[in-house]
Amino acid sequence: MEFSALPFIIHIFILAITPPFFLGIIAKTKAFFAGRKGPPLLQVYYDLIKLFRKGAVYSKTASPLLKVAPVIIVATTFVAGLLLPITGKAPFHFEGDLILFAYLLALARFAIILAALDVGSSFEGMGASREATFGAFSELAFFLGLVVLAVTTNALSLNAIFQWESVHPTLKPVFLLLFFSFFLILLTENSRIPIDDPNTHLELTMIHEVMVLDYSGPDLGLILYSASMKLFLFMALTTSLLWPQPMEWEWISIGTLFLKIAGMAVAIGIVESANARLRLIKIPQFLIANFVVTVFALLVTVFNKGT
Amino acid sequence: MILILLFGIPAFLGVVTLFIPGEERRRVRRRLLMIGAILHALLTLALYFPGVSHSLNDYLVLDSLGFLFLSITSFLFLFVAIYSFGYFQKEHHSIPTEKGVRHLYTPCMLFFLSAMTLTTMTPHLGLLWVAIEATTLATAPLIYYHHHAQALEAAWKYLLICSVGIALALLGIFFIAAASKGSGTALFVSSFVKNAPNLDPRWLRIGFILVLVGFGTKMGLAPLHTWLPDAHSEAPSPVSALLSGALLNAAFLGILRCYQICSAAGLADFAGKLLIIFGLVSLFVAAVFITAQRDYKRLLAYSSVEHMGILSLGIGVGSGFGSLLHVINHSLTKGLLFLVAGQIVLTYRTKKIAEVQGLLKTLPATGILFAVGGLAIMGSPPFAPFISEFLILRDGWVHGHFIAMSLYLLFLSVIFVSMSKSLFDMIQGEKKELPSAQREREGEAPMALPLEGATRAPIIERYGLMTFSPFVFALIVFLLGVYLPPPLVAFLKEASSLLGRPL
Amino acid sequence: MDWLIVGIILTSFVMLGASRLASCIRMVALQGALLSILPLLAKPSFWDFHGLLLFVGSFTIKALAIPFFLFRSLKEARIKQEVEPVVSLHMTLIGGGAVLVLAFSSFRFFALPTAPFPSLIVPAALATVLIGFLLLISRTKAITQVVGFLVLENGVFLFGMTLLSDFPLTVEMGVLLDLLVGVFVMGIMVYHINRTFDHIDTTVLSKLRDIE
Repeated sequence: MEFSALPFIIHIFILAITPPFFLGIIAKTKAFFAGRKGPPLLQVYYDLIKLFRKGAVYSKTASPLLKVAPVIIVATTFVAGLLLPITGKAPFHFEGDLILFAYLLALARFAIILAALDVGSSFEGMGASREATFGAFSELAFFLGLVVLAVTTNALSLNAIFQWESVHPTLKPVFLLLFFSFFLILLTENSRIPIDDPNTHLELTMIHEVMVLDYSGPDLGLILYSASMKLFLFMALTTSLLWPQPMEWEWISIGTLFLKIAGMAVAIGIVESANARLRLIKIPQFLIANFVVTVFALLVTVFNKGT
Repeated sequence: MILILLFGIPAFLGVVTLFIPGEERRRVRRRLLMIGAILHALLTLALYFPGVSHSLNDYLVLDSLGFLFLSITSFLFLFVAIYSFGYFQKEHHSIPTEKGVRHLYTPCMLFFLSAMTLTTMTPHLGLLWVAIEATTLATAPLIYYHHHAQALEAAWKYLLICSVGIALALLGIFFIAAASKGSGTALFVSSFVKNAPNLDPRWLRIGFILVLVGFGTKMGLAPLHTWLPDAHSEAPSPVSALLSGALLNAAFLGILRCYQICSAAGLADFAGKLLIIFGLVSLFVAAVFITAQRDYKRLLAYSSVEHMGILSLGIGVGSGFGSLLHVINHSLTKGLLFLVAGQIVLTYRTKKIAEVQGLLKTLPATGILFAVGGLAIMGSPPFAPFISEFLILRDGWVHGHFIAMSLYLLFLSVIFVSMSKSLFDMIQGEKKELPSAQREREGEAPMALPLEGATRAPIIERYGLMTFSPFVFALIVFLLGVYLPPPLVAFLKEASSLLGRPL
Repeated sequence: MDWLIVGIILTSFVMLGASRLASCIRMVALQGALLSILPLLAKPSFWDFHGLLLFVGSFTIKALAIPFFLFRSLKEARIKQEVEPVVSLHMTLIGGGAVLVLAFSSFRFFALPTAPFPSLIVPAALATVLIGFLLLISRTKAITQVVGFLVLENGVFLFGMTLLSDFPLTVEMGVLLDLLVGVFVMGIMVYHINRTFDHIDTTVLSKLRDIE
């Protein structure tokens, strides 16, 4: 495995520092469409700093799992981030790392579901059940999407997959399909609006937020931070489907990365402003449709490769 | 030139009558209908004279197969037009008409005639498809003629099921075209036949299956016949006669055209097997439903399913001559029966078998015609359908389809027994008091029943115009049963030789 | 061109999943538009009088006239917007996926030289036909059945496009005209069904049966 220090450090730096900023962009976009001024772009950083200064309160029924979970979530998400190429090559890459990537994200989800159940509140339990149900649908599509990518590009490493400019032109529509599919997965996985509303805390219909109600202080800060990182990873992944990653590291790729992801954040903001939350009952249909689109992408790939 | 006139005149008159709406101008429209029918019949007759060209360009060529179907259609249409002259006079006097509705009858009939004509005279599969779909569209408003809920249901089912079926047939035609990919064949039957050895049999097989399913839907082959009983029983009787006698034939012709291609490409056995299966299933379904039927118009409709099954079976076992003869016989006989059924409906105001009795005593002429038609359709001698059904049996036996022929006989006998019971229950028995007479005596105003023609006028009148057409049909059915004129035999032989298999 | 074909299939999926009639009709219009543009992109030789006439004809009929009729009968009959499927939309979507797999997996069998069109067009056409069928049998409203019929017809058209380099103009126009008149008549009937039964749910159309 080749290793060069500068891209590595920059990759870690971007991954660790920038994600909350893009949450700010989404919030600004939504505020713009709602005709408000909106919170400052760096609001999430202020929130995080505030939370880290606070003390934490733990439920009496909870086990140490509750305290461990946020750390696991941050750690897994961060390691997943090291596998994904964002500015040139990823720091770590090997054949089959896309499976590790998917499983690390799944592990984070598993940890948060366990922690939610650990609290012993029925409210959190309900959220955990929903998260598991919808997660089952979206992970299916996510995995299938990765499979399609692997088949299309004949590669098993995320690094190689996202340098896809050289694929056959008849396969290009596949990437558009996958872009749609991954965009919907992004919305689902990160509890964005048509699926879930990240801003509500007191609705019986919410999914993700209900699971973390018992967290406070630094723990909540960690979860918020890891959520922003996850969103960042998904945005990077999804945008790479429209613009392939550069082959080699360059300074300019940092600029393009920021442009791409900021554009994506604006797009999410627009989608969130333009749509209302789906009824819970409609969500599986939405996810199945997404899955079918991914199947379609797979079929097109296999077909075009076969002929 | 004659070919263009043949489908051009009805289409033109149809457009003209479209612009003559209104109840008061009904007579004008009816006269135009008659003019169209007579002109069409005369032009068809003119084609019989030697020296008259049967082809205009590549797209309009009348081969003997098409000519046969054209003659049947033209003949049937003429007499149905004569009949409907009398029929609607009666019906119109009786039911208050909804505004802006009835005037579609004449144009649709004429459009139907035009589309049927085009169907028979084009050897181009694409154009054939267009024409057959046009017949569906032209007849849908005819089925909806009475504008009540059941008619609507029947028309909707008819339109949707047949349109979908025919869309499949188009796919089948494209598949057949795909079979010839690379050889630059246009969609002409003749060029397919010429190019037959080079056709890819895989595509041809699927294509034929699709065409059979698609046009089979329209032809009323079971299990795709579901629209047929509804449409035939809800349409006004002259329309039912045309549906059975002409429209189903159009779809059959579509299947025959593709069969021509298949048999030229050496797939006659494959296609024949499919046709036999569809035919036997239709016979079976018809036998079951005829036995349990309580409605005589539906009974006749199922009898159409039966006879379409016989046609399909006949082609399948390789009896081209018998089947084509049966096309003639069935069209005439079924035309006769539906026209007579129209009189019965007008008289008794019911379609239930149980409520009709003593036909022979109430309306002697109608009763006799109904009996003749019934006997003929069940295949008893000395009427023409017997001859053709027997020919099919003989050919099938000679070609070694023993199981299929045994089943054929079995189903025919079941149908014979159950149908004769139903029909003769209606024909025999004591004279029945008719509903309108009864109501008048009770001093009750006759209601407009959701049936065809609730007549307010005294019932038993002379059905002059209405009896003439069925009488002509009955006469021909009888004569053909006794004696097959040699020119007809030669004509049918020539047409059946197009189907590719020797007798 | 691959994009167009992918788009055609995606529109049929949207129809499978859509819960509103208006969006179904809009999608069928979009599909018709994509379909009529396809030959223009595929064949340079299509830019002659015949090809352009055909494009104008099919575009007007498939993308403008037919949706217009459908919208009009939707409005005149004051039909409620919901699609009312027989089986749940989830199941139809999964069915759509299954159909897609079926259509694509049979491609070896249906291998066919399709130039100048991409070879994707054959499975796409089959899938569209099958999805049309699925729409037809899984919806109760008369107007959605018409939409299903149109999707089916579009699939057939897509298939036909690949095969016939010289489809005679008259015939193709005839097919289009049949389609137009067919939808027109169906639209009128939808109106009548609505007037007679107060809604266009075809489940009411079951009075006619053999044994009472």
